[in-house]
Amino acid sequence: MAEPMLELRNLRKNYGALVVTDDVSLAVNSGELHAVIGPNGAGKTTLIHQISGMLPSNSGKILFAGEDITQLSMPQRVAKGLARSFQITSILPGFSALENVSLAIQARSGSSFRFFGNAAQERALNEPAMDCLTHVGLSARAHIPAGLLSHGEKRQLELAIGLATEPKLLLLDEPLAGTGHDESQRVVETLRRLKGRLTIVLIEHDMEAVFSLADRVSVLVYGRLIATDTPERVRANPEVRAAYLGEEEMV
Amino acid sequence: MTELVETSSAPALSLGRRLEIVPIVLFAAFAAAPLLAMLSGAEGYVLSLLTRVMIFGIAAMSLDLILGYGALVSFGHAAFFGLGGYAVGILASHGIEEALIQVPVALAASALFALVTGAISLRTKGVYFIMITLAFGQMLYFLATSLAAYGGDDGMTLASRSLLAGSTALENDFALYGFCLLCLFGVYAFSRSLVVSRFGRVLRGTRENALRMEAIGFEPFRYQLTAYVISGMMAGLAGCLLANQAEFVSPAFMTWQRSGELIFMVVLGGLGSLHGAIIGAAAFLLLEEFLPEILHMTSFFLAEETRSHLAENWKMVFGPLLILIVLFVRGGIMGLLRRPRHG
Ligand SMILES: Nc1ncnc2c1ncn2[C@@H]1O[C@H](COP(=O)(O)OP(=O)(O)O)[C@@H](O)[C@H]1O
Ligand SMILES: [Mg+2]
Repeated sequence: MAEPMLELRNLRKNYGALVVTDDVSLAVNSGELHAVIGPNGAGKTTLIHQISGMLPSNSGKILFAGEDITQLSMPQRVAKGLARSFQITSILPGFSALENVSLAIQARSGSSFRFFGNAAQERALNEPAMDCLTHVGLSARAHIPAGLLSHGEKRQLELAIGLATEPKLLLLDEPLAGTGHDESQRVVETLRRLKGRLTIVLIEHDMEAVFSLADRVSVLVYGRLIATDTPERVRANPEVRAAYLGEEEMV
Repeated sequence: MTELVETSSAPALSLGRRLEIVPIVLFAAFAAAPLLAMLSGAEGYVLSLLTRVMIFGIAAMSLDLILGYGALVSFGHAAFFGLGGYAVGILASHGIEEALIQVPVALAASALFALVTGAISLRTKGVYFIMITLAFGQMLYFLATSLAAYGGDDGMTLASRSLLAGSTALENDFALYGFCLLCLFGVYAFSRSLVVSRFGRVLRGTRENALRMEAIGFEPFRYQLTAYVISGMMAGLAGCLLANQAEFVSPAFMTWQRSGELIFMVVLGGLGSLHGAIIGAAAFLLLEEFLPEILHMTSFFLAEETRSHLAENWKMVFGPLLILIVLFVRGGIMGLLRRPRHG
C-alpha cells in the first residue's frame, strides 16, 4: 500500500480541561473519500481546523504525503496542496463569484506582488476560474457578487474556490448543511465526479450522502475516534450504533 | 465561455467610466486654478492654499490606500509627514538642498520606518493596531522635539526651497504648484493601478475576509506590510513638499491631531476611491480656511457682536459640522456624488 495522503498521529487539542481532540490517529489513503461523522460537538470542525493549520495542536503530528506539516501555517499547507471549506461559509462577499475563484487561481500562478495590470481582466486567471465554476454548476452566476448568492450557491462557490487551489487533499466541513434538495444533489454529484481524482475528507451529517459517497467512514465521539471502517461495517458496528447513530438514521 | 469571461466586466466597467468624470474634473480644476489665481488678485494666497490642498491630498490618498483598501486604521500617519519634512530640513541645514537627493532620502527613511513599525503593528488587530501606530507616531514626535540641533520644539526655517536638478525653479510659487500637481497626479495614477492589480486585489480580499485569503494560500501580513510601506513613502513625499511649501519644518508636522485630520479627510471624502481622499482633503482645508467668513456671512440675521463671536469661535462649528457630514453622508462626499446616478 502506498503511503497515506494524510496521517494523524496521536493528535490532541484541549481548551483548558475540555479535551476536544483526544489522541486521534488516522490514515487517509491517497484517492480515498474519507467521511468523518459524529454528533454535534464531537470535535469534527476542530479536527479540520487542526489539519488545515487554522488551529495549533497541543501535541501529536500531522503528516501530509509523508511530510510533517504540524508546524506549517495555513497558507504554507495550501501551497503544498491542502485545501478546505468552512462549516460557516467563508467567501469574499464583495467580489464576484468569478473573482473569488480567480483569486485562488492567482495564489497558485506567479507572484502577486504585481502593481500594474488589471487582475480582473487576466484571462490566464479568469478562464481556469470559470472552469472551476462550471465544475460545480455555478458558471451562470459567475458575475454575481458572492454576497448575493443563495446559501446553497455559496456552498458550491466554496467548493469551487477549494478546487481552484488545485489541492491533493480537500477537507470539506459539512458542505451540504443548509442547502436545498437540488443544490445538495448538485454538490453530491460534484463530489462523485471528483472522487478518485483527489483525496477528500468529508464531514457531513447527511447520512444518505455519506454512505453513498464514502470509501471509508470514521466515527468521532467526544473527540475520540471510536471506529474507522467501510460504510457497511461502520453501520453494523454496535459501538457506533450505541454511541451515535440513532435507529431512524440507519438507512 | 471565453466570451462570457470577456463580457463579464462590462457592467462594472461602464459604472467605472461614469464615475471617471470626478477625477477628470478634479485634476482639470487643479490645472486651471493657477489661471484663476492670477485673475483673483491674491495669487500668492490662493496658490499657497491650493498647494497645501494638493499636498494633504497626497497624504490623505496614501492613507486611503491602506485604510480604504486594506482596512488598516493607521493613527500615526503624520509621522511620515514629519519624516519627509525633516529629511528636507536636516539635509538642507547641512547644505544639501538638492531635491534629487532629499526626496530619495525621505522616501528611504519613510520606507524603513514603515517597515519596522508596520512589522510590529501588523501583528495586532483592530483597536490595538490603532493604538500602536499612534504610539509610534508619538515616539517620532517626541524625538523631533528633542532634536535641539534642528530647532527642537520650535522647528527650523528653511533658508530656501529645494533645488531641482540644480535649478532654483521651485522658488517660484507657480513652479512649486506645478510640481505638487505633478506629484499628486503621479501618486494618484500609481495608486489607481495598484488597487486593481494582482497586489491590490489581494489587499482588498484581505480587507473583506483575511481567513478566506489564508485558506487559498495568501499570507495577508506580507501584502499588508508592503502596502503600509508604499503608503508611508507616499506620505513621506507629501512631507517633503509640505516643508517646501511652508519653508519650515517643526514637530507640529507630526502631531497625533494631524494624523487624526488625515483620517478625517479620507472618511470625509469617502473611503476607498482615492480621488475621494483628495476631495476630502480639499473640503477639510477649504472649510477650515473659509468657515469663519462663511459663518459671518450666513449669520446676517444675528447681532453684529454675536456674529463676530461666532466667526471667532468657528472651530465650535467646524467639529460638529464634520461629524454631521460623516454621520449623515454615508460614503462621504464621493457617496454624495454617486447617489443621484444610482437613484
Ligand atoms: N474556542 C473554543 N473554546 C472552547 N471550547 C471550544 C472552542 N471551540 C470549540 N469548542 C468546543 O469544542 C467542542 C467541539 O466543537 P466542534 O469541533 O465545533 O464540534 P463539531 O464540529 O463536531 O460539531 C465543542 O464542545 C465546542 O463547544
Ligand atoms: Mg462542526
